[in-house]
Amino acid sequence: MKFFKNIFFVLLVIPIVFSVNAFASKTDLTVGLQLEPPHLDPTGAAAGAIDQVLYSNVFEGLTRFASDGSIIPGLAKSWDVSSDGTTYTFHLHKGVKYHDGSDMDANDVKFSLDRARAEDTTNAQKALFAGITDVNVIDSHKVQVVLDKPNGNFLFNLAWGDAVIVSEDSIENIKQNPVGTGAFVFDNWVQGDRIELKKNNSYWGAPAKLEKATFKFISDPSAAFAAMMAEDVDVFKSFPAPENLVQFEADSRFKVLIGSNEGETILSTNNKMEPFNNLKVRKALAHAIDRKAIIDGAMFGYGTPIGTHFAPHHPAYVDLTGQSQYDPELSKKLLSEAGFPDGFTTTLKLPPPAYARKGGEIIASQLRDVGINVEISNLEWAQWLEEVFRGKDYGLTIVSHTEPFDIGIYARPEYYFQYDSKEFQKVIEDLTAETNPVQRTSLMKNAQKIIADDYVNGYLFQRAQLSVVNSKVIGMWKNSPTQATDLTAVYWDN
Amino acid sequence: MMPLLKNKNLSNLSFSFWVGSICVLFVFLLAIVSFFWTPYDVTSLEISNRFKTPSYNHFLGTDHFGRDILSMIMVGTQTSIAVAMVAVGIGILFGLPLGLIAAAKRGTFFDDLVMRFNDLIFAFPALIIAILITAVLGPGAFNAIIAIGIFNIPVFARVARGAALTQWSKEYILAAQVSGKGTILISIEHIIPNILNLLIVQATIQFSLGILAEAALSYVGLGAQPPIPSLGRMLADSQTMISIAPHMAIFPGLFIVITVLGLNLMGDGLRDYFDPKLKVSNS
Amino acid sequence: MLEYFFRRVVTLFFTLVFASIIIFVSLEIIPGDPASYMLGINAQEDTVIALKKELGLDKPKFERYLIWVKGMLIGDFGVSYTYRSPVIEMVGERLWVSLPLAIYALLLSTIIALPVGIFAAANRGKILDFSIMGFTQIGIAIPNFWFAMLLVYLFAIILRWFSAGGFAGWEDGIILGLKSLTLPAIALALPQASILARVMRSSLIDILSEDFMKTARAKGLSFKKALISHGIRNALIPVLTIIGLQFSFLMAGAIIIENVFFLPGLGRLIFQSIAQRDIIVVESVIMLLVFSVVLVTFIVDIAYVIVDPRLRSSIL
Repeated sequence: MKFFKNIFFVLLVIPIVFSVNAFASKTDLTVGLQLEPPHLDPTGAAAGAIDQVLYSNVFEGLTRFASDGSIIPGLAKSWDVSSDGTTYTFHLHKGVKYHDGSDMDANDVKFSLDRARAEDTTNAQKALFAGITDVNVIDSHKVQVVLDKPNGNFLFNLAWGDAVIVSEDSIENIKQNPVGTGAFVFDNWVQGDRIELKKNNSYWGAPAKLEKATFKFISDPSAAFAAMMAEDVDVFKSFPAPENLVQFEADSRFKVLIGSNEGETILSTNNKMEPFNNLKVRKALAHAIDRKAIIDGAMFGYGTPIGTHFAPHHPAYVDLTGQSQYDPELSKKLLSEAGFPDGFTTTLKLPPPAYARKGGEIIASQLRDVGINVEISNLEWAQWLEEVFRGKDYGLTIVSHTEPFDIGIYARPEYYFQYDSKEFQKVIEDLTAETNPVQRTSLMKNAQKIIADDYVNGYLFQRAQLSVVNSKVIGMWKNSPTQATDLTAVYWDN
Repeated sequence: MMPLLKNKNLSNLSFSFWVGSICVLFVFLLAIVSFFWTPYDVTSLEISNRFKTPSYNHFLGTDHFGRDILSMIMVGTQTSIAVAMVAVGIGILFGLPLGLIAAAKRGTFFDDLVMRFNDLIFAFPALIIAILITAVLGPGAFNAIIAIGIFNIPVFARVARGAALTQWSKEYILAAQVSGKGTILISIEHIIPNILNLLIVQATIQFSLGILAEAALSYVGLGAQPPIPSLGRMLADSQTMISIAPHMAIFPGLFIVITVLGLNLMGDGLRDYFDPKLKVSNS
Repeated sequence: MLEYFFRRVVTLFFTLVFASIIIFVSLEIIPGDPASYMLGINAQEDTVIALKKELGLDKPKFERYLIWVKGMLIGDFGVSYTYRSPVIEMVGERLWVSLPLAIYALLLSTIIALPVGIFAAANRGKILDFSIMGFTQIGIAIPNFWFAMLLVYLFAIILRWFSAGGFAGWEDGIILGLKSLTLPAIALALPQASILARVMRSSLIDILSEDFMKTARAKGLSFKKALISHGIRNALIPVLTIIGLQFSFLMAGAIIIENVFFLPGLGRLIFQSIAQRDIIVVESVIMLLVFSVVLVTFIVDIAYVIVDPRLRSSIL
């Protein structure tokens, strides 16, 4: 019986011991993230989770995103562009070392870019490198990249996490043991739980202020809430439950950062399928949707209505929401004109994120009000990719397109919403070749208008970047121009 | 009169049986009423009216879309009951004949095959297989029924075989055999009526397990799809909002408990009633 | 005897072959593949094909089945498509969570259930017995994930005694690790404890009506003494059988609880791998679970025959 007594004692004591939080020195930071990376090679998978942990912390590219979304120099301190716009010469920083002690030089740049654009590459963003015809090493710190035609997006493309510079020597084990040039060194990965980084003491640039950073993976929104409340994590990047933000705002221990995010959330429509191949039907769809109710109901008010597939914080954004205001009567009228006075039945296939599942229920109810009967099915991502994205077997779906500046997907007729407009394709072609900023802006505006006029998809809202941060943590990015948790300038205010 | 009610008196039914029956009756009534009437429409959303705590207008409050929770629970229990009931039906439909034939052909290769098949299914982790099945067939109430029903088959096969085996050794079966009746006829005419009580008890147990399984499946998103309400999904939805609106989490859970509790009490009561020997230890 | 043993070995073999076919086929027809999942919605078709080739998914189905089975025969359960680490290593890592959780839950339920069951049996027929049995009925009827949610609400959100999820790991001390397993273990233990308490009670009541108990009482032992010295010991046999059964249930049955509390255990590994279409992990882990159940049944069957000569004669 003594054994049992001891156990009871331990059970009683545990909560008491652990309700006391020990305050250690504040040079370590725990960041909560919803998704765990499948592996640690940013050039070998689409998973944003890989970039969330490694981008700019462990791996760096020639150029990089700044917190406001602008493109600034990274490992390349400067570059020259030939007058015809097809040859870029990058001047690399000197003295850059990989975490294994080896030097980073022009050969690594050539290796990285050639690897990403190779025939059998497994780079998820192969298209970023499509225009590169040649990468030449001029000297150890000078690289020349030749393009087949001018590309106004080229420096932007090189800033992506998929374009970071890796070393040939450590590429073998990159998936388990990533070796980069960044201000943090990969330390440890407890699969299913956390990844630990430590400070790179021989960093070539301004050293990190934190000694240690831990990324903890908590995909369940209620667990995220409790972990934050218990101060088990100091920062929660992209907090998954907007319904709980009010409670953090009311609590002086925390601050809530509301910034911009690249996620255009749209009601994707199968443009080749009956009856959505009819412009009137798509227009009716657009007028049947009450964006405010969706933003309120699914995102608890966090989000900006959009009228086209473009980020509102982008300087070239045109507000076209007026073209598709909520007007159920007009919607019904359009439906009868299109030959569906009694509506029709269609499918709405929803991927797992809450914006899709909750938004889907609201949209289904709004569409029912104009006579469109919607059959919801909730799918896992793998199933969604197979059925909806690759199989194009769907009527409607909701998804957030999180890649920055991705209006170009509308120029791909084989893309899952199967929009095929020669006019639009021409505009994008011109835009890619254009390097003059004024011309580019006008082309971007034009592109936005075309897809809004064609009501390709239901444009719902731009997601807000919601982070919950301990109020003593300084330097976290508010916006999310790319999927990244840049910790290089983060510190504790004590 | 069927043998199971022969010489029995309803007053022998235990107190817990009646408590259980009342619970079950209550839930069934709500589910049946919801076919014709619910306090509010469960498919219409009114977001400005969300997270209302229980009040005169909404007895159990409203959810994150402003829907009436009582109405959703009423329709949700309908789904749970339907799924669990049909899953039990599948179990009996396939399991009973398998068990009866195995008992009739006891000791043969077929009997062995049935038993090994049972072992095989029991060896699989049930919930994981149910998740796999719904991943293959896609989510939905119908596929949840199949996923739960498959695991009911070996249960009924085993119970039927075991009970039938004892019957086959009895004299009256011998008499029937002598009179020239075939195996199938004996199974239908004599065995089934005599093992019916055991089957009913087992059906009640599987029914209550089915309710729990349906709740678990729809909790992980694999049961009935929206806008059809289901108790498990209501609980899943409430999880992130439990600190804002605890009533969203409490009531659907309570209804699951009431249903399962009622069925278990009924099952226990019936078992004691059919087999008073057991009552000695299980009163 | 030898013939029986041989027959059981053959059935064991065929059961496993059959199980492996079922598992493989059902995972083949599941829609979606790991390569597309990993590469996301901007990947080009040729990239997906290149990755499939790298993963060995371009090989014919039958060949992949043979590779998988051959590997398992020599103890090689394959390499995860997404994580690129050996499945057996991943399972080993997850067992460090799942196994302690199962043991913890089992200990909790046993510690609670046995005294409660004995107490109820000793007070049989009284109001106390009746209310304890009522509580155990409720304990069985509560869906464990709902109970888990309520525990999180009370102990993590309102009282803030425990964290709501995640696993602290064993590196920072056993107590920290145990602390993060406490709420999940309670959630798992409640229904098990309820069942166990009922079994303990009815088993003890059965024993109490046996002749040797009456003899013991007649010899002048007090009820309490008779209960402790003869009753409980004898009543424990069926209880131990149930505990054994519960253990294997807790290993595989913790899947939802592991998800609610976000524990990196075996259940969540399977759940996650299904979502990521990390087919090889799902196949191998289910196969391991099936194998362990089948093997235990086999050993028990053989042991029964060896121990019980009556069974032996009926078989031979």
